[in-house]
Amino acid sequence: MIRFILIQNRAGKTRLAKWYMQFDDDEKQKLIEEVHAVVTVRDAKHTNFVEFRNFKIIYRRYAGLYFCICVDVTDNNLAYLEGIHNFVEVLNEYFHNVCELDLVFNFYKVYTVVDEMFLAGEIRETSQTKVLKQLLML
Amino acid sequence: MRLNSGATASPRFFHKPLGYVSVTLRLRDDSSHFLASLRLRMPAPIRLRELIRTIRTARTQAEEREMIQKECAAIRSSFREEDNTYRCRNVAKLLYMHMLGYPAHFGQLECLKLIASQKFTDKRIGYLGAMLLLDERQDVHLLMTNCIKNDLNHSTQYVQGLALCTLGCMGSSEMCRDLAGEVEKLLKTSNSYLRKKAALCAVHVIRKVPELMEMFLPATKNLLSEKNHGVLHTSVVLLTEMCERSPDMLAHFRKNEKLVPQLVRILKNLIMSGYSPEHDVSGISDPFLQVRILRLLRILGKSDDDSSEAMNDILAQVATNTETSKNVGNAILYETVLTIMDIKSESGLRVLAINILGRFLLNNDKNIRYVALTSLLKTVQTDHNAVQRHRSTIVDCLKDLDVSIKRRAMELSFALVNGNNIRGMMKELLYFLDSCDPEFKADCASGVFLAAEKYAPSKRWHIDTIMRVLTTAGSYVRDDSVPNLIQLITNSVEMHAYTVQRLYKALLDDISQQPLVQVASWCIGEYGDLLVSGQCEEEEPIQVTEDEVLDVLEGLLVSNLSTPVTRGYALTAIMKLSTRFSSVNRIKKVVSIYGSSIDVELQQRAVEYNALFKKYDHMRPALLERMPIMEKTATNGPTEIVQTNGETEPSAVEPKHPPPVTQPTNQANDLLDLLGGNDVVPVIQTTMPTKPASAGGELLDLLGDLSLSGGSAPAPAPSVPTSQPSFLLDGLSSQPLFNDIAAAGIPPMTAYNKNGLKIDFTFERANPNPNIAVITIHASNSTEAEMTDFVFQAAVPKTFQLQLLSPSSNVVPALNQGTVTQVIRVLNPQKQQLRMRIKLTYTHKGSPVQDLAEVNNFPPQSWQ
Repeated sequence: MIRFILIQNRAGKTRLAKWYMQFDDDEKQKLIEEVHAVVTVRDAKHTNFVEFRNFKIIYRRYAGLYFCICVDVTDNNLAYLEGIHNFVEVLNEYFHNVCELDLVFNFYKVYTVVDEMFLAGEIRETSQTKVLKQLLML
Repeated sequence: MRLNSGATASPRFFHKPLGYVSVTLRLRDDSSHFLASLRLRMPAPIRLRELIRTIRTARTQAEEREMIQKECAAIRSSFREEDNTYRCRNVAKLLYMHMLGYPAHFGQLECLKLIASQKFTDKRIGYLGAMLLLDERQDVHLLMTNCIKNDLNHSTQYVQGLALCTLGCMGSSEMCRDLAGEVEKLLKTSNSYLRKKAALCAVHVIRKVPELMEMFLPATKNLLSEKNHGVLHTSVVLLTEMCERSPDMLAHFRKNEKLVPQLVRILKNLIMSGYSPEHDVSGISDPFLQVRILRLLRILGKSDDDSSEAMNDILAQVATNTETSKNVGNAILYETVLTIMDIKSESGLRVLAINILGRFLLNNDKNIRYVALTSLLKTVQTDHNAVQRHRSTIVDCLKDLDVSIKRRAMELSFALVNGNNIRGMMKELLYFLDSCDPEFKADCASGVFLAAEKYAPSKRWHIDTIMRVLTTAGSYVRDDSVPNLIQLITNSVEMHAYTVQRLYKALLDDISQQPLVQVASWCIGEYGDLLVSGQCEEEEPIQVTEDEVLDVLEGLLVSNLSTPVTRGYALTAIMKLSTRFSSVNRIKKVVSIYGSSIDVELQQRAVEYNALFKKYDHMRPALLERMPIMEKTATNGPTEIVQTNGETEPSAVEPKHPPPVTQPTNQANDLLDLLGGNDVVPVIQTTMPTKPASAGGELLDLLGDLSLSGGSAPAPAPSVPTSQPSFLLDGLSSQPLFNDIAAAGIPPMTAYNKNGLKIDFTFERANPNPNIAVITIHASNSTEAEMTDFVFQAAVPKTFQLQLLSPSSNVVPALNQGTVTQVIRVLNPQKQQLRMRIKLTYTHKGSPVQDLAEVNNFPPQSWQ
């Protein structure tokens, strides 16, 4: 099960935070800072998986943005890595060559994309064409 | 009145970057003049875009905060005005500010109002706001329940979708309970868009309120016959969740629904059917669905033979047919491997799985290597041989750059070490120890010690390995390994000269690594004579004089690098050399210097050693003799036996070196003759209570520590070591009373008489503690052949405590020519009737004999 999804830039600013578990506001802030600290020190020679508290984080860096998904320890790392890539491809299609500013100015649309693809901590829709069709309706 | 036009007209008046809002204020001031009559409302709030743009122009945190505060104030006033048209925009801006980290809770009620509105755009922002700002802990969220209920029954599927989404993300248990019925209804609709969402919403409901699981059961019947991949995917998730949560459901699905054949069929279609562009990822059709199905199969097949059999074929097919060039293929293979490992698969399949993992290890992508190592670690216990085949690849991973890969490779290597590959593996592991990060060194060193102990091909190799570890990672070695090493060295008798020579050379090089220094000084103290006499066979003997050795040891004492513990070791070593070397005067001088040292520990030792020189010089040789071979204390687990067999007796004298440890009882009596009535008794007794557990050091404590750690190396039974010190003390304090054998008329008794072996008990009472009964057993043998390897063990009921001291010997001579005696001390605080169960093992005429007996005929005076 996915615990939360975070998109952060290298400086630590959160571009998207979707929580599938209950946390207090200050806990959320602390988690964001911790994830940022852990993920930005890693470079290309590290794996894309980090153990974090009693979960694990699967992340991938696209240009200046880190897409992090925090999952349970028993989940399949490689599959969620594919999930991240799927999500980024949908964003790319939707915003026509997405860049960070697109995510900033249209943050509510990004949330809609997330909700189309993930729900209740699981991957919901995997077909990119279908997702894009739905998004155009909304 | 549009704001923007006003803004462009008069930006020069204001130099603040956020000109827009300030213009608003200015207009308000002016409005008092001529606009007051027209409108008192605030002009339209700025758009989201503008806000974002302006906030991004802020250069410092303080500027940004200022802007945000102004905007929040504007929004708050707008909310107060109950402005319907711009509420949506305001809330959107509020959400943006919330994402930046500023408090936004005053917008919660507004979100609710938006949700209740009829416009889709309003609802959308409202639900988003609800998901971001509200959570279970706010009471406000319950107000949403009604809105969501209405929306779930709305005519537009998008609204229904929104509602399902919100419920699925942050619905609390109360909300879930109320709305579960609606969700279940939607699960049955024909609209696939909604079915997908409803399925995942159901997952959330089940997670929050597990009791509602049965409600969704009827709806799941038809889920898997869907063609739509999205619905299939979410249904599989739902079924997975239900099976994971409740074993009843699991059984139900296995038997009644015949889930496994259905899943197998779907999986087969996925693989076989050709190209389907919608769900395709790099040439593999819907990998996410495949992974999910494999996971569900894993849960269904676990510990169930029938299901496992049904899946064998399809698993083999997936494993062999999936393309591995991209990450996607590997993801599917990984899930397949995990499934094969968990279900009751046939061995051919398991070997296939491990080979896949082996192939992963050779992959360039480090993610895949990491994943493979983690899984191999899990399977190495069960499929040891298969994993052995990949040993060389695993050992190569020790040289990887990523820290987590290195750690896993190290753990796996230790798990794979066995008698055959020990030499090769140890070479690699020692090389790793040299070059790895400090955080690994302690674990690696302990692992090396354990492996060396179990599989060492020869003593010399073992000692060499230990030396290597000590010299390379000496400061990271754990503290308890020092006593273990000392014991190991004592036990390898023929290697003493070689060991001490190597340790001496290592000391000459480097005295900063404390464990190395401690072990080395101990050895030099013990075997210094061998060192000086140049007797080493294994290596080229070095020429060392006594003075050089003493120089080195004194150097340790004064060096800043030595810890107090190390200094203690060094001082004791110097003292021991007084019996082995001839330069006694020098040693006397050194010892007397430290009699006034600031360190209390050193001072105490020095004073006592001084006393040894002056008053008790006749005892010195006996006290400082070589240590015997120490056996590991028998760890007896949870029985009531507290055996001190195999340990030297609880006194300050070490028995003579070569013969095994079975002389003690006689010597205890000898000691008593020495100690009885002597001043020495108070000296030794006072040292015991003050430092009962100092690590290494005073001879007796060294003994105590060694026996403690000897037990801790293989299978520690904590009850045994911790009770030793008090018994040691007890033993000593009650020893003198042996002399006043107050037999006090307790008659002896025969406890056992069978097959020619007769065991008599004689009783004494230990006076300071009338609860302790001291029983001496006398074993005699009336047959013609002697009984060898005689071991006597006893157990008492739980309210008693028993201590068994060492026997006089373990050979019972034939024809009653002699007896074996052993002392048992029984503590009987509750004064209950003494009962005992005894176990005897011995070898008679070449065959081993074992017997159990109960002893109940204790005379009443022995326990009253």
